[in-house]
Amino acid sequence: MAKITTGAINYVAGSSRNYKTGSWRSMKPIFHEDKCKFCKQCYEFCPDSAITLDETKKKAVVDYNYCKGCGICAKECKFDAITMEEEVK
Amino acid sequence: MVKKVMRGNEATALGAKLCKPNVVPAYPITPSTLFPERISEYVADGELDAEFVLVESEHSAMSAAIGASATGARVCTATASQGLELMHEMLFIASGMRLPIVMAVGNRALSAPINIWCDHQDGISARDCGWIQFYTERNQEALDMMILGFKISEDPRVLLPSMVGLDAFVLTHTMEAVDIPDQDKVDKFVGKYNPAHCYMDVNRPITIGSFSTPDTYMEFRYVQDKVMNDAAKVIDEAFAAFEKTFGRKYSKITAENTKDADIILVTMGSMTGTAREAITKMRAAGKKVGLVKISVLRPFPKKELIEALKGAKAVAVVDRSLSVGLNIGPVCSEIGATFINEKTRPMILSFVAGLGGRDILITDFEEVHEKTTAALKKGAPEKDTYWIHLKEELV
Repeated sequence: MAKITTGAINYVAGSSRNYKTGSWRSMKPIFHEDKCKFCKQCYEFCPDSAITLDETKKKAVVDYNYCKGCGICAKECKFDAITMEEEVK
Repeated sequence: MVKKVMRGNEATALGAKLCKPNVVPAYPITPSTLFPERISEYVADGELDAEFVLVESEHSAMSAAIGASATGARVCTATASQGLELMHEMLFIASGMRLPIVMAVGNRALSAPINIWCDHQDGISARDCGWIQFYTERNQEALDMMILGFKISEDPRVLLPSMVGLDAFVLTHTMEAVDIPDQDKVDKFVGKYNPAHCYMDVNRPITIGSFSTPDTYMEFRYVQDKVMNDAAKVIDEAFAAFEKTFGRKYSKITAENTKDADIILVTMGSMTGTAREAITKMRAAGKKVGLVKISVLRPFPKKELIEALKGAKAVAVVDRSLSVGLNIGPVCSEIGATFINEKTRPMILSFVAGLGGRDILITDFEEVHEKTTAALKKGAPEKDTYWIHLKEELV
């Protein structure tokens, strides 16, 4: 672990990517690829930019390193392509 | 050196001006209002090249001070009482981000009931905020502590903000002859603020005010505490350098007549002058009584206090504030804690006096001495805290 800095100043730009916040999750979205129509609603609504788009496969993909399990994507999905499950750790 | 008669607020404003701050965000509040007034005049008259920021509250004043200081600017402000309370959360942010802001505080009572007069409750209630705290006895000391505040706060070994306390009205509004330090000497003494940790540079993007998880928060707090404790040495060095340059001697505590004293009175702020008079009178009557004035409350001068007080039979601490529910004055409780592991220690008595601007008289200190003598005779204090000059018929 790096040493702390004077006044908690962070000198590394974009370093928040290094901090994985997915462990905060108690509910987990499961993406069902077969039902995904690539409408991108989940991507638009995700408040944490935890959903990315696979342009080759034309599918939405969740990044569990950052997804906090809020369930907005599952609520917005019109095709039942996302279901919420309890996170088991 | 020029001598001029001025009020305490003028002294702190002048002390600040001599240090050439770049930014002064301030919101007026009794009894400190004259400070922003003077600063705005200095700026308007072209005597001070600073950004004077008019804000809508003290919370904003401290927020603006933090923002400005984080760019690498030299920043000062002033407030008092409710204003300091409104700043409260920002005080921790200034110290946590290690920003060397210097602030004059016209020490005043807190509401309710509303009261604008002298009391140390505002400063005392802010003592855990991570700011260096000075309490001054005279206008000269208030001016000098502003200069010393920048010198100490901006030291790369410290980087903590400073509060310079001056008693409401007794100092803030009272005329006193003050030596004005030469500008070139102040320039040399304070130097330029060149922070290595936090400044604005478009080619060097940084994140300030970031968050810290349980993984690292304790370490930030540990370092803050360590730096504050270690600042004691920097303060001593700065006081010595100040004496060399300006000829006036300051120390974290001042002990007078303590060597042979059976009883030592401990004071802070303007009541010290009255205590000194009382001691002169009591000494003339053959009483072995001494005085310890605390000028720096944070970092708390434990070592010096033990050294100065350990030889006495009893120590009477006069607090001008409360820790409601403790029934021991705040400064007294800290002195008690200081002695807790000492093998031999004096009897330590807590006195509360002068709240909300009630005058502390020479006779009050004589009463403190009488009560302490009686406690010594009896072998124990009669009360956890003695209230001096309390109108019992009113309660």
